[in-house]
Amino acid sequence: MAKQNIELIVNGDRYEVAVEPNRMLVDVLREDLGLTGTKIGCAQGDCGACTVIMDGVSISSCLTLAVEAHQRDLTTIEGLATSPQELHPIQESFVQHGAVQCGYCTPGMVMSAKHLLDNNPKPSEQEIRQGLSGNLCRCTGYNKIVEAIGAAAGKMASSAKEG
Amino acid sequence: MKNPAIIGKSIPRMDAPAKVTGRALYADDLKMPAMLYGKILRSPLAHALIKRIDVSRAKALPGVKDVITGADIPQVKYGNWRLVPQSQDELALAVDKVRFVGDEVAAVCAIDADTAQHAIELIEVEYEELPLILSVEEATAEGAGLIHDESKGNVSLVRKIDYGDLEEMFAKADYIREDTFKVHPVQHAYLEPCSCVAHSEEANRVTLWTSTQTPYIVQCLLASTLGLPENNVRVMKVQVGGGFGGKMELRPWEFCASFMAMRTGRPVKFTLTRADELAFGRRRHPMSIYSKVGFTKDGKLLAKDFQVMLDGGAYNAMGPTATFLCGTFGNMLYNYPAYRYFGRHVYTNKPPASAMRGFGAPQAAFVAETQMNMAADDLGIDPIDLRIKNAMQTGDVIPDVATISSCGFKECLEKVREISGWDAKRKDPKPGKGLGIGCFSFISGGVFNWFNTKYNFSAAEVSVYEDGTAQLATMACDIGQGPDTAMRQILAAELGIPIENIRLIAMDTATTPKADLGTWGSRVTLMNGNAVIDAARKIKEMLIPVLFEEMDLNQIHDIGFEDGRVFVKANPKKGLTFGECVYKALRGRRGEPLTARGFYTPRNKGLVSPAFSFGAQVAEVDVDTGTGLIKVEKMYTAHDCGMPINKMAVEGQLEGAIQMGLGYALMENLIMDDKGRTLNTTFLDYKMPTAEDMPPGESADVYTYEPEGPYGAKEAGEGLAIPTAPAITHAVHQATGYRCMETPITPEKVLRALNKIK
Repeated sequence: MAKQNIELIVNGDRYEVAVEPNRMLVDVLREDLGLTGTKIGCAQGDCGACTVIMDGVSISSCLTLAVEAHQRDLTTIEGLATSPQELHPIQESFVQHGAVQCGYCTPGMVMSAKHLLDNNPKPSEQEIRQGLSGNLCRCTGYNKIVEAIGAAAGKMASSAKEG
Repeated sequence: MKNPAIIGKSIPRMDAPAKVTGRALYADDLKMPAMLYGKILRSPLAHALIKRIDVSRAKALPGVKDVITGADIPQVKYGNWRLVPQSQDELALAVDKVRFVGDEVAAVCAIDADTAQHAIELIEVEYEELPLILSVEEATAEGAGLIHDESKGNVSLVRKIDYGDLEEMFAKADYIREDTFKVHPVQHAYLEPCSCVAHSEEANRVTLWTSTQTPYIVQCLLASTLGLPENNVRVMKVQVGGGFGGKMELRPWEFCASFMAMRTGRPVKFTLTRADELAFGRRRHPMSIYSKVGFTKDGKLLAKDFQVMLDGGAYNAMGPTATFLCGTFGNMLYNYPAYRYFGRHVYTNKPPASAMRGFGAPQAAFVAETQMNMAADDLGIDPIDLRIKNAMQTGDVIPDVATISSCGFKECLEKVREISGWDAKRKDPKPGKGLGIGCFSFISGGVFNWFNTKYNFSAAEVSVYEDGTAQLATMACDIGQGPDTAMRQILAAELGIPIENIRLIAMDTATTPKADLGTWGSRVTLMNGNAVIDAARKIKEMLIPVLFEEMDLNQIHDIGFEDGRVFVKANPKKGLTFGECVYKALRGRRGEPLTARGFYTPRNKGLVSPAFSFGAQVAEVDVDTGTGLIKVEKMYTAHDCGMPINKMAVEGQLEGAIQMGLGYALMENLIMDDKGRTLNTTFLDYKMPTAEDMPPGESADVYTYEPEGPYGAKEAGEGLAIPTAPAITHAVHQATGYRCMETPITPEKVLRALNKIK
């Protein structure tokens, strides 16, 4: 299959890659760009482990062709923290609330949470649960994830006020 | 007993920052120069002879670097029960015969995954189909064909337990009931599909990074199947994306990656797909269970006859242990004057069942607890009162099994009665609503040495340095449950240094001390925790003389280790910083590093486990009698895990267990067709609970101090996965009158019981 040249903007960085038209975005992120924080749990769009944000919308990168992401703005889990010392409030909240066990669903959960809070800064518990309904977790029973997102929302709201 | 402040503290997992930022590396994240990609060809048939395999077209495909079949590999069978060599029944690639849909037939590696997949499709296999055996009843029927030609029948292992006078006790009983149950298969469904990378730098030596719960078991069995000394195989840590029992054996792809890495001289990676996992992966045993139980009219238990056939699938896997534990948990929780267990592990032409969170206990307890609830109804005794009347307590002896060294079961029953509002809600049932109970007990690691290790069951190596830091090296595995943090809490408590000052080296079979049997049977906290304490106390023995010499202490003094200081207990101001003390000790030892190894092997603790957890759970449900839909409104749990090392981690185990238990009871089921194929091979079709499905929960901790455990701790990981299904079954019965005897509980079954559908 003839490769196509595409341009991806990932976490603010510009990459030029040549990809087969049938390659999935998740594979290009992981293998060509080395951004392995985005996980593959099912490769069928059922589990949410590969969730990334494209032009402000959360997507399953395992169902998105890499060519569809040409010149689109992508945020992956690697793009959330400003530095290893300074985590994004959602990430910090996941750490503090015990929302992480094996960690394999975590990047996708965090990205779904980010998308949720970007669009609904004060979600109810039910809205958080709905926001996570496309992300499977087998370790935590979800409660600590829901708590972590609720706490992060509160913190982000109060720091936005201060700012 | 008062524990140091760091014990029980909800310290966030130390690996969490790496996991929330995507920096944590799992096996499939690894990529090496010149790495090859492996793929497996699997059998499409459940039972067939392999007449011919032609790999020539695959080999000729450009980019393919190796193709192997069963004929190419050493004919050394493997299995976890090394103590019983005839139980070791697997080869990484099938020879002559395939025994389940998915049995591995050939493997290739190529320069990229697409080429490897193309090569797999070019392999031609000619099969001759054999009659299928898809149930334990068919497998054990007279004249049934053999799934393993070299075995005498299709029953691969029998476990019997027999104590007390069963006939006499049944003769004394005022009330006897006999029931048969069937429980269904479910899967671990860990989020990370299995993956591994093998690399061979030196001839006849191989290093494997693999998603495993048991690096030591993988090391040993890989060595024997490759025909290498154990020391030539190194299994190394990667993050493991969940296991729940499904990653505790040597697996064919680990063998194929290592074998082909040695043959090609290039690193080889295998990564499974979700469809591979669901269609061919390990699963929890389906079972057929007969149980007869006898009581006096006032509810005293007298006897139980418990007969179980485990549907083991095509190979033993961890089935033998499940067969043992099913027997052990058929008579746990309550005192039975007489008990007989007859467990049979049966081969069928299905994907092998193996260990899964609870290991035989969820099935046994589903039956035992459901029967307890049936008996309570018939005897007219409240189900909690009936349990309290028969409940085990500290000091009770289970013949041939164990003495219960700590038990908060009765307290758990009282607590769960209180927090669930049991008495009021049971007395005044609302239409469609129900409240039900299920209880559990589980082991804190196993005593029976089926792996036949020559080493201690757990080991830890502690080194301390003059900068006040320490290093902990252990083979124990964190697969998400949290020992990487909990073990450091224990070491921090012992040495009195901040937990941040402890670096951890884990899960490397070459550099961490021999051995640790891995993460299974809820063994790590108790066993590895004890090894860490042993090592730490040896380090302290090296440091204490420094203080005596430095401070010219009378030998009646005792030395404390807290807040980064080593000090005289009677006069805490007198002392050194931890680092200073190490520095002086190093000088005194003429430069020999301060390193100590600690070990733990349970001794004089019976044949099953050094300690047992206990607990009780109440489910509150609402059943829509029009649709049969069951909504679990709330779960109430009281549990005795001894003294928790990390409270937040224990809560995480409880909440995660409810997700798995809920799925087991109501949603999850591997559906098989009459050709032995698993039909629901995506997460769209294999339903497990999402965030929206989870009921709220309320829990109460019952603290006991387990004398055998580190700081009084015992298991908290698996037991909690047991009570949910029987509790929901009970609640649905109160709500609708439908009693589930064949899991899972589905709306269809509810409606059929209500005569709303045929």
